Formats: sequence, structure tokens, C-alpha cells
Amino acid sequence: MIRRVSAVFSLAIALCSPAFVAAQSAGQSGGELHFCLHGEPKTFNPLLVEDGQSEAIRYLTGGVLIRLNRQTQALEPGLAVSWKVSEQGRRISFRLRSGLHFSDGTPFISEDVAYTMKALMDPQLHSPTGDSFRSGDGQIAVQTPSADTIVVTFPAPVAGLERLFDQVAILSAHSPKKEMAVLGPFYVADYSPGSYVLLRRNPNYWKKDKDGKPLPYLDSIRLDIQRNHDIEILRFRRGEIHLINSLDADLFDRLQKESPAAAHDAGPSLDSEQLWFNQVPTAAPPDYKKAWFRSTEFRKAISLAINRADLSRIVYAGHARPAYGPISPANHFWFNSALPAPQYDSAAALRLLARAGFRFDGSTLRDGLGNRVEFTVITSTGNKPREQMVAMIQQDLSQIGIKVNMVTLDFPSLIERITRTYDYEACLLGLTNSDLDPNSQMNVWLSSAENHQWNPRQSKPATAWEAEIDRLMRTQASATSDKKRKADWDKVQQIVADQQPFIYLINRDAMSAISPAVIGSAPSVLDPHAFWNADVLRLGPDPSMGARK
Amino acid sequence: MKPLQKVAASILCAIFVLMVLATFFLPAHYARQFRDIPNAGPSTAHLLGTDALGRDSLSRLLYGTRVSLLLAPAAALLSTLIASLLGSAAGLLGGWFERIVLAATDLSLALPWLFLLLVVRALLPLDVPPLVSVVIAFLMMGLLGWQASVRVICAAARGVRDSDFLLLARSSGCKPARLLLRHVAPNLRPLFYAQFLISIPLFILTEANLSILGLGVMEPMPSWGNLMRGLEDFSLLSANPWRLVPLVLLVIVVMCFQLVLPSQEVTQ
Repeated sequence: MIRRVSAVFSLAIALCSPAFVAAQSAGQSGGELHFCLHGEPKTFNPLLVEDGQSEAIRYLTGGVLIRLNRQTQALEPGLAVSWKVSEQGRRISFRLRSGLHFSDGTPFISEDVAYTMKALMDPQLHSPTGDSFRSGDGQIAVQTPSADTIVVTFPAPVAGLERLFDQVAILSAHSPKKEMAVLGPFYVADYSPGSYVLLRRNPNYWKKDKDGKPLPYLDSIRLDIQRNHDIEILRFRRGEIHLINSLDADLFDRLQKESPAAAHDAGPSLDSEQLWFNQVPTAAPPDYKKAWFRSTEFRKAISLAINRADLSRIVYAGHARPAYGPISPANHFWFNSALPAPQYDSAAALRLLARAGFRFDGSTLRDGLGNRVEFTVITSTGNKPREQMVAMIQQDLSQIGIKVNMVTLDFPSLIERITRTYDYEACLLGLTNSDLDPNSQMNVWLSSAENHQWNPRQSKPATAWEAEIDRLMRTQASATSDKKRKADWDKVQQIVADQQPFIYLINRDAMSAISPAVIGSAPSVLDPHAFWNADVLRLGPDPSMGARK
Repeated sequence: MKPLQKVAASILCAIFVLMVLATFFLPAHYARQFRDIPNAGPSTAHLLGTDALGRDSLSRLLYGTRVSLLLAPAAALLSTLIASLLGSAAGLLGGWFERIVLAATDLSLALPWLFLLLVVRALLPLDVPPLVSVVIAFLMMGLLGWQASVRVICAAARGVRDSDFLLLARSSGCKPARLLLRHVAPNLRPLFYAQFLISIPLFILTEANLSILGLGVMEPMPSWGNLMRGLEDFSLLSANPWRLVPLVLLVIVVMCFQLVLPSQEVTQ
């Protein structure tokens, strides 16, 4: 009893102490933030990043000329104080911050940017980041008129040129540490394969807070390599890690029940789930089925008969929104707000089908030749939300007399079928989109593209509307004005809504878990959701949560 | 039959009867989604509540029991037939035939079955109705699950190869096929029976494992395996313990099959 009274007394004193109050209001400068990577980073070279783990490390360590603010979705000056795009998107000139140094003390000058750009565009390096800049044949020209000015000229116009620099971490041309010398808020201090990556505060980081205090606040970030999501959430509950960058709806709900302050739903993300029919002329399904799949009325009827609100509510526990089309409403600039909201109307679906020659006898839908309308949807094994969505679509479509079968396949077999053998009827898969600029979707929308899933690699567009999408995509890619590009993209979105080559189902919410011990967090719908502003994050004292070793 | 065996047999019979008569007292079709009440608890309308899509859990359990308990014995029968034929012939004939059969058994025991099932599933046509896919899944299990029994049966057949009654039959001019069917097989019948009973719970569990991996019975058709996929979420279970019913039923059935097996003296 005496011990309990003294504990309460001590706590009261602690709560009243000015140090505690100050720490709670402002957080502590310093400390080590802990979170998990879901695999081994494949590279520390920022030009060769392909996987999510390396991407996270590049984001935290790389200094970029222009940074996309994940919350406002606006471009902000990074290592460049200003920039100018000219010659219809072929040339970009930067004025660089002066007096900056890499993490190892090597001075930062325009020569470093020139070195980085040349390495990035070197065909021998096969840089995935560099591929986004390749718009035409030829070499890039880089000029460095002064130590703080650089001009890069590309062989052909590059759409959304300045946004692409958000992915280009500048390397040092002279540092003996090569790519380990960085300009970002942290540098890689230690790496234990299979165990962790330790990032420490870059003492030469250029950014300061509004009071002139150097950033980042954190001393270090420890990224534990943990593939198992259940263990990750268990560690979060125990307070061993401070954040989980991405959560699925199930885990989110579980966490929200236990600690509502730690669960964050930032709203719809750029990721979508969609259904499409195989329209490849040489594909395995019988001709009468391919005729259905090529019918716009059929696809629109299927779209109308799917209850997307139920998919969001039941499969994603409300953490998803009915999808409008290829651009998520989360993408503020590029989303066509004039698109009609997706409808659920079985009666309208049956009217459309009747117009296309289908007959509904009250329980079964048949085509003009008398064939029963039945198809099989393939999806990936082990993905519970997708399996549940297909099960719900089965019931929705049974209302209009369509029988849907589901087959789950392991991912390699599924990819084999949708990209090589085309031995499938319909497929439900998701599309992860990390880039706001829809130009990154060229490999989906051009009829000649590999990822034009419903009918890939066409020698010439199979339909007039695909030809029109091709034309609009090419026009927007060479346009310099974002306004003109937006107008073209709005038309593409409208055509997709009218033709439904992909039947977009939902946009998943961006959900993350952040311990209340982390101060300054502002979860974003863009990746990285939880640590995009790592340079201003702080750790405050939290009695219930916080990393404990 | 011992009392415990009688109890186990009675429980199995009761479950079989319940399964056969399920159609008459299913509260709803197993695939019907009551979307306003997903993950609901037990109520008078839904005695075992509803699943994540609002489907009646009792209907799914009864129908899933029917699928698992009809097809697992069928797969066990198929695999036991294959094992009996190969094992008896190998044990009786001996020599190069026995070596080939045992080598093939060893080889197939060394194969990564999960990978093989994945490949076979990927090669199958897609436009098959759920019922056919269920039959295919169990057929694959029956065709691929004979190896362990072959070794046991071969060893037993080898034991009777040099027995007096076989010597007499051989000297009377009995051909190998007649020897196998009229003399060896009847003597090994208790062993076949035991292998059949052992295989049933094995196939039930295999189907459960495959369905948990999404490779077994396809939605919306229920089976014990895909019903148990809902058990992945432990925190949900602690709040909704009635979700454990499929697991409890599976454990009871597997235990009953083990208990109902003939005793050691009979099988030998």
C-alpha cells in the first residue's frame, strides 16, 4: 500500500516537472527510431534501386535536387534552390545550394550532379531510375557553367521532367566512399545482413528547422529486417518498433481496437484493384466468349453489376473507396474530377446486356447463340482480400444470371498466363502505383505495351478507342505544359470509364501504424506513408509505447 | 471391439448421418452472403454466426463436412487400392519388380509434393466448376498419396511369399494374378483396411493444409480446409471462440478415425 502511494506520488511529481512537460510538448531531439524492412535491401547504390527496401534507404539517405512533398503533392527545392524547364521539356537548368557537404565532408558542387546524371543515363549501368528519363535515342548533354549551376539537355522531351528528380539521389564525384557519401538526412552507418541496417544522422545535412536548428532531430534510425508481418505488428505492440509503414485492413482494425492513437488511415492511396477480361485474339477461350469480352456493353454491364461499396465495406472493413479509374482521387492534380462516380445498378446492367443481344430468363443469362454466360476469374493464391472480392463478385453477377468460377494460382503461374500463354478468361489483380505522374503508366496504356493486359503487344491498335488512347498518351508525353497534359489525361480517363478495359474496383486506403512516442508524424497517402518527413520526426517520452531494446 | 472404439465409431456414424441429412436443415445456402451482418456472432438465425462475407457458418460447416468426409475416404480408397496392388505384387514377385517398385516409392517420397501440386494445379484447365475442382483435388491426393502404404504392404506380402499355403498354390499351378487375388490379398485384408483408415485423416488434413494455402477446394464451396483459413487471426478467435468449431470437428473426426482402427493384434 505504501509502495503504491509513493508510486502515485512520484508519478504526480514527474508529471508536474517542467522537464517532462517540455519534453511532451516539444519532443526530444535525438533518440533512435526503429522500424522494419520486409526484406534485405538489394543495393545501397541509389541509381540501381528496384526493391522497396532499397527505396526506403534511398529516401532516408539520398539528397535530391527537387523533393516531392508527400502531403501537399507539390515540388519543393532540395539541393537545388531553383530550376527551369525549357526547350519543351528537353532541357532543365538548376541553381544549386552552395556551401553544402556530403556526409563524409566532401564538398557538393555542380560536378557531382553532372557525374550523377551521366552515371544515371549510362546504358551499361541499366539504372531503373534512369529508364524514366529515356524518352528518345541519343546521349544527354550536361553543362556546368559554374559551381552552383548545371544544365542537363535530353535527346527528346521528357514528360514531367522535374518530378523525376525526386528519385535521383546525388552521388559524389570525388568522395572515396562513393555512393556511401550522401546528402540526405541520414547515412548508412552499419549493415548486418539478415538483421538490420543502421542509419545515423548526417552531420552535414543542409536543412534546418524554422528556429534554425539543424535537422534531422533523430540521432539514428534502426531498420530491422523482418519479413513476417505478424511478428512486425507484435513487435509494434510490445513497443520494440515505432512505426509500420503499410498495414492491411485486418491488421489495421486489430491495432485500432487496441491503441486507436497509433493507427492512421490517410485515406485512399494510389493503389487500385481491378478486374479485366482477356481480349487477346489468339487467346485460349472459345470465340463466343472472346466476343463477350470484346463487347463494350458486356464489360460496362459487369462493371454496373458489381457492388463496389460492399467490396470496400466488407473486404476492406471500410478502408477502401470505390475506384473511378486509372487515377486515384488521391492524386489531386491528375485525377479527372468530372468522371461519374461508379454505379451499382443490376437493372441497368441487364438493359445494357439486352441491347448487346444477351437474354436473361430470370435465373440464367445467355448470349445470342444460346451459350450460358459463365467465366472463370483467376487471382493470386493466398491473397485473402482478392479471394473475398471474387466471392462477392460471384454473388453480384449471379443476380444478372452470370456464373463466375474462381481459380487461385500461385503468382508465377498467374503471371505466365496473363503475359505469355494468355490461357485465362478474366483476372483480378492489383496495381501498385508509386508515381503521381501518370506518364509512368505508359507501359500500361499504349496498345503496343507489354502491360496493356487485356490485349498486350498489339502491332496496331485493335480498336478505335485504343488508337485514341495511344494518340493522347503520345501527345501528353511530348507536351511541356502540365495543363495540356492534364487535358489529355482527362480524356484518357474518360475513354477508360466509357470502355472499361480494366474494371476498376477499389482504391485501398494508405494505412500505417505510428507510435504516439513519435512526434511530428503526418501520415501521407504517398509512399513512404509514415516516414516521408523523417528529418523532422522526434521521439517523445511515451509511457505506453516507444522502442525498447 | 473395445468400448472406446465403439464410442469413436458411434461419433463417426452420427457425424456421417448429420452430414447426409444436412440438406434438410441447412439454415441457408452455403454461398449466400448476408452482407449486412458479416462476422456476426451466434444468433437464432445463424447458430454459429456468419463469416467475413456474411455467409452462414453452420451451413458452410455442414456442407464442408460433407465435402471433406465424402471425398477424403474416396481418395483414401484410391490410394489404398494403388498401394495394395503395387505392394502386394512387389512383395509376392520379389526380384527386379520389387526393387523397381520400392525405388519408385523412394523416389516419389523424395519429391516436393507441395511444389508438384502447385504445378499440377497450374496446368489444370481453369473453366472447371467448383465441384469438379474439388474432385480433381482429391483425385490428385489419391493418385499421389500411396507411397507410405506401399512399403508396409510390400513388407507384409514378402512375409507371406514363402508361406506353405503359397507354396502349395504355386505347386498346384496357380498363376501370379490368381496367387495375388485369391491367396495374398485375403491374408492382407486387415492391413489394407488399416491403411485405408489411416489414410482418411491424412487426406482430410492434407486437404485442410492445401486449402489454407489456397490450393484446395475453391470458393465459394466450403471444406474444412478453407473454413479453417478463418482461424489465422488469433485475436479474432479469442473474441469469437465459436469460430473454432470446424477445428474441433476436424480434431474429433481425426481422433475417431485413429481410435476406430483395428488393434495391433488384428492388423498383424
